[in-house]
Amino acid sequence: MNNKTGDKDLNLVIAGHVDHGKSTIIGRMLADTDSLPEGKLEQVKETCRKNSKPFEYAFLLDALKDEQAQGITIDSARVFFQTDFRQYIILDAPGHIEFLKNMVTGAARAEAALLVIDASEGVKENSRRHGYMLSMLGIKQIAVVVNKMDLVDYDEDTYNEIVAEYTEFLAELGMEAETFIPVSGMLGDNVADSSENMDWYHGKTVLEQLDSFENEALPHNKPFRMPVQDVYKFTKGGDDRRIVAGTVGAGELNIGDEVVFYPSGKKSTVKTIEGFKEDQQHKVKVGKATGFTLDEQIYITRGELASRADEAEPKVSARIKANLFWLARQDLVKDKVYYLKVGTAKVKARLEKINRVIDASNLDQDESKEKIERHDVAEVVFKLDKAMAFDLAGEIEETSRFVIVDDFEIAGGGIISEAMEDEQSWVREKVMRRNYNWEQSLISREDRAEKYNQKSTLILITGEEDVGKKPTAKALEKRLFNDGKVVYFLGIGNLLYGVDADIKNGDNGHKEEHLRRLAEVSHLMLDAGAILVVTAVELSQSDLELIKTTVNPQQIETVWLGDRVTTDLEFDLHIPEFTSEKEVSGQIKGLLQDRGIIFRPW
Amino acid sequence: MDHLDKLESRSIHILREAYSEFNNICMLWSVGKDSTVMLWLARKAFFGHVPIPLVHIDTSYMIPEMIEHRDKLAKKWNLDMIYGQDEETLKAGNTFPNGQATHLECCGRLKTDALKNTLNGNWRRYRYNHNKDEYELDDNREPYTGVIVGARADEEGSRSKERYFSPRDRNNDWDIGDQPPEFWDQYKTDFAPGTHVRIHPLLDWTELDVWEYIQREKIPMVSLYFDQGEGKRYRSLGCGPCTETVDSTASTVDEVVEELKTGKFSNIAERDGRAQDKEDGGGLEELRKDGYM
Ligand SMILES: Nc1nc2c(ncn2[C@@H]2O[C@H](COP(=O)(O)OP(=O)(O)OP(=O)(O)O)[C@@H](O)[C@H]2O)c(=O)[nH]1
Ligand SMILES: [Mg+2]
Repeated sequence: MNNKTGDKDLNLVIAGHVDHGKSTIIGRMLADTDSLPEGKLEQVKETCRKNSKPFEYAFLLDALKDEQAQGITIDSARVFFQTDFRQYIILDAPGHIEFLKNMVTGAARAEAALLVIDASEGVKENSRRHGYMLSMLGIKQIAVVVNKMDLVDYDEDTYNEIVAEYTEFLAELGMEAETFIPVSGMLGDNVADSSENMDWYHGKTVLEQLDSFENEALPHNKPFRMPVQDVYKFTKGGDDRRIVAGTVGAGELNIGDEVVFYPSGKKSTVKTIEGFKEDQQHKVKVGKATGFTLDEQIYITRGELASRADEAEPKVSARIKANLFWLARQDLVKDKVYYLKVGTAKVKARLEKINRVIDASNLDQDESKEKIERHDVAEVVFKLDKAMAFDLAGEIEETSRFVIVDDFEIAGGGIISEAMEDEQSWVREKVMRRNYNWEQSLISREDRAEKYNQKSTLILITGEEDVGKKPTAKALEKRLFNDGKVVYFLGIGNLLYGVDADIKNGDNGHKEEHLRRLAEVSHLMLDAGAILVVTAVELSQSDLELIKTTVNPQQIETVWLGDRVTTDLEFDLHIPEFTSEKEVSGQIKGLLQDRGIIFRPW
Repeated sequence: MDHLDKLESRSIHILREAYSEFNNICMLWSVGKDSTVMLWLARKAFFGHVPIPLVHIDTSYMIPEMIEHRDKLAKKWNLDMIYGQDEETLKAGNTFPNGQATHLECCGRLKTDALKNTLNGNWRRYRYNHNKDEYELDDNREPYTGVIVGARADEEGSRSKERYFSPRDRNNDWDIGDQPPEFWDQYKTDFAPGTHVRIHPLLDWTELDVWEYIQREKIPMVSLYFDQGEGKRYRSLGCGPCTETVDSTASTVDEVVEELKTGKFSNIAERDGRAQDKEDGGGLEELRKDGYM
C-alpha cells in the first residue's frame, strides 16, 4: 500500500444484470491480491458459518444487513483498491432494476466500466440497460466480463455467442468494448490470475484489464468554463476581497484574462487568482476549486457561467432539446413545474414536448407516449422559466449535463443536444450585448445601496383598469420620498411620447417593444440606485418574463391591485381592495420592509 | 493535479455547495483528524474564513487534551464554536462503564441523542464568546438543516454506500435502502420541512490520504495521535473509556504516514479498536440509521 500514483488514479464501475456476479468478482479480486484488511475474510466466513449460510465473496462488499439477507446488492459501494500501477475506487453497482438510481449514482463517478454477463444466462435486459446508461453517462471505456464460465464447462462457443450478441448491441449505441474476458468470479479464473481451464483464451485477466484502462484526459484544451458557486465577501472577518468562487469545469484562466459571465453577458478582467496557504497563482486549470477577483465591481451571482472573452461562448437559451433518463417513481409529465439544475444554475422547467421514448433494455422506440415513466429514456424539449447558460453534448460534456428535481428529489438526468429559440431570445440578445459593452462606474451597487440606505428595486403595480393603481403609485412615491428614499414614479405616458415616439401608435404588435424599452429605462434607474414605481394594466406572466430578461428578477416586486385577478401573473403581493391611497401604499411599504429593500426602524 | 489535489478540490466544491444551498448549516467537529482536515478544507474553501458554525458533541468523557486543542484552535482560527451535551444522563450518571448502561446505550445517549437534540435545538447549545473567552448559553435554537460530517467511505461497510448529500428524516433516521440518486456534481439540496441533510465532503478519502494531507498542509493535530515516549498512541479518538491506544512508536506525522504505508497498520482497519462495530453484525449500521455520525 505504499505508492501514491499521482494523477493516474481511476474510478471504475462494475455493472450488469442482477446476480451475474459483479460483487463476487470484486470480492474475489480483493482476496486474491491480498487487499483485504487483516482478518476480514475470516470474519465474513465466520459470520456465514454462524448463520449457516454458504460463504459468498460478495459479502465482502454487500455490507448492509438487508443485502446479506437477500443476497443482492442494494446500493453502490466504494471499494478502495490498489495495484502497483495505480489506485482505484471501484464502484460496485447493483444489478436489480429496482436500484437503477443507485447504479447511476455509482456509474456517474466512473471513468471506465466492467460490464458483467452471466455465461449461463446470457445477455439479459439489464445487461443492455446498463450498457445504455453507461453511454448516456459518458463512459467511453467498457470491458465486458463473461462470468460463471464454470457453469458452462468453460465452453468457448457459449462465450463467443455472447461476445457476438453484445458487440452488436454496443455497436447500435455507437460503442465498442475494449475487450471481452471469460472468467469465473467464484473460482477465480482470469480474475487476478490466468485460468488453466480456458487454454483457448489468451487475453488479459480482469486485474490486467484494470491497469490497461486509460485515464480520461480532463478537458484542458476546451474553452474555459466555471459555474459560479458564489461571490464571497467576508467583510466581518476584515477581508475586503470580493471573490468569485467555483470549480473549473473546462479550460484554464489567467490573470489579465477578460471573463464574460452568462446568461447575463457581464464582463470584467481577472485581477487576482485567490487561494489560502498556497503560492500566488497566475493561472488556474481544469479541475481546481478556485476563486478570483475582478478589476471592476460588476454584480453577478451564483448560477452564472464564467467563460473567457477570447474563446467560444456558451449557449444561452430558455428552451432546450435533450436526451434524458428518468429514475423517479412518479412519471415525468407536461403541465407540471420541475426544477432543472445545470452547473450551479437552477431554473424552473416544464416539459414541452416528448419526441420519442426509448426502452433501454431492447432499444424499442415509441413516438406516441404522452408521459415518461420510471427507467424510460427519451428525447424531449424543456421550456425554462429563465434563460441559462450551457454547452452542447459533444462540445463540452461538463456543462451540457443537467438533472431534474421533482418534489425535493433528483428524479432524472439528461444531456442537452440543442439550444432552441424561445420567446425572449430577441430581447436577450440585446441585453447580452448591452451588458457586454456596459461602461462600468467606479461606484458599486453595494456602495449605492449603503449610501441611499435602500436596495434599488422596480415596483410594478398592476391590475384591471380603474382600480387605483396610479393614485397608489404616486402616494407610495411621496411616502418613500418623505422617508428620505431615492424614489421615482415613472408614468407609462411619459415614455410613450418620448422614448417610444418612433413606435407606431395603437399598434398592438409593438407591445413587446414598448415593454422592452420600459425595462431598459428601469434598468438604468435601478443602476442609479433608485426605487422605481411603475403602473401597468393587467400585466401577464409572459410580460413579466420579458421584463425579467432585462431587469434582474431579484430586483422586481409585483403587486396586484383589485379583487379580480385576470391574468396568470405570479405576483408578490395581492391587495384585493383599494381602501385608500394611504392604506394601500402602506401595505406596499410593508412588503418592501419585509423583503429588506428598505429597512424597518427599530 | 495529483491525488490529494483532486480530493481537495472535490471536497472544497462540496463545502461550497453546502454553504450556498443551506441557510442553517453547521459542521460537526470532533477534534479528530478527519473533521480537523475538513475544517482545514473549509478554511481553504472560504479563503481563510470559516463562515459555518462548528458543533462539538461533548460527552464529557473526551480525553482532556481534545477540549484544550478545540478551544485553542477556536481562538486562533476565529471559529464560531458551539457545543452541546446530554446534561440529564450525565447528571444521573447513566453511563458506561461506571453507571447503569451498556456500551451501546451509553453511545446512544451521549452521542446519538445529544447530537440529535443539539442539532434540532431541543437541548441547550453553548457558544464560544471570543471577547469574553468563555462559552455562554446560545439563544439560537433554530434547527440545523444542513450538517457537514467528516465520514469516510473506507471506515466501515455502511459508510461505503453513503451519498455526499444524504437526507435524514424527521427522526434523524437514514433510509439506507432508498437513498436519492446523486450524479454529475448535482446534490440533494432540496428537502422537505422538518428533515435535514448530512453532507460528507470526505467520503472519497482513505485514512492514509488524510494523514498525507495533514503532512502536506502541516495541519495542527492533537498530540494524542502521537507516541509520547510510552510506545502507545491513539489511531482514532473518542471517549476515554472506550477508545484504546495502539502500540506504536510513531511520534510525528511523518512517522504515522510511514507506519500506515508500510508498517503493521497497512493491513489493519482503523476502527479495529472500536467496540461498537463488533457487538453484532450490523452494529454501526444500526447506530448510523439512528443518526450516529
Ligand atoms: N458458479 C458460479 N457462481 C457464481 C459466480 N460468480 C458469482 N456466482 C454466484 O452468483 C450469485 C450472485 O453473485 P453476486 O456477486 O452477488 O452478483 P451481483 O452481480 O453482484 O448481484 P447484484 O449486485 O445483486 O446485481 C452468488 O450466489 C454467487 O455465488 C461464478 O463465477 N460461478
Ligand atoms: Mg452485487
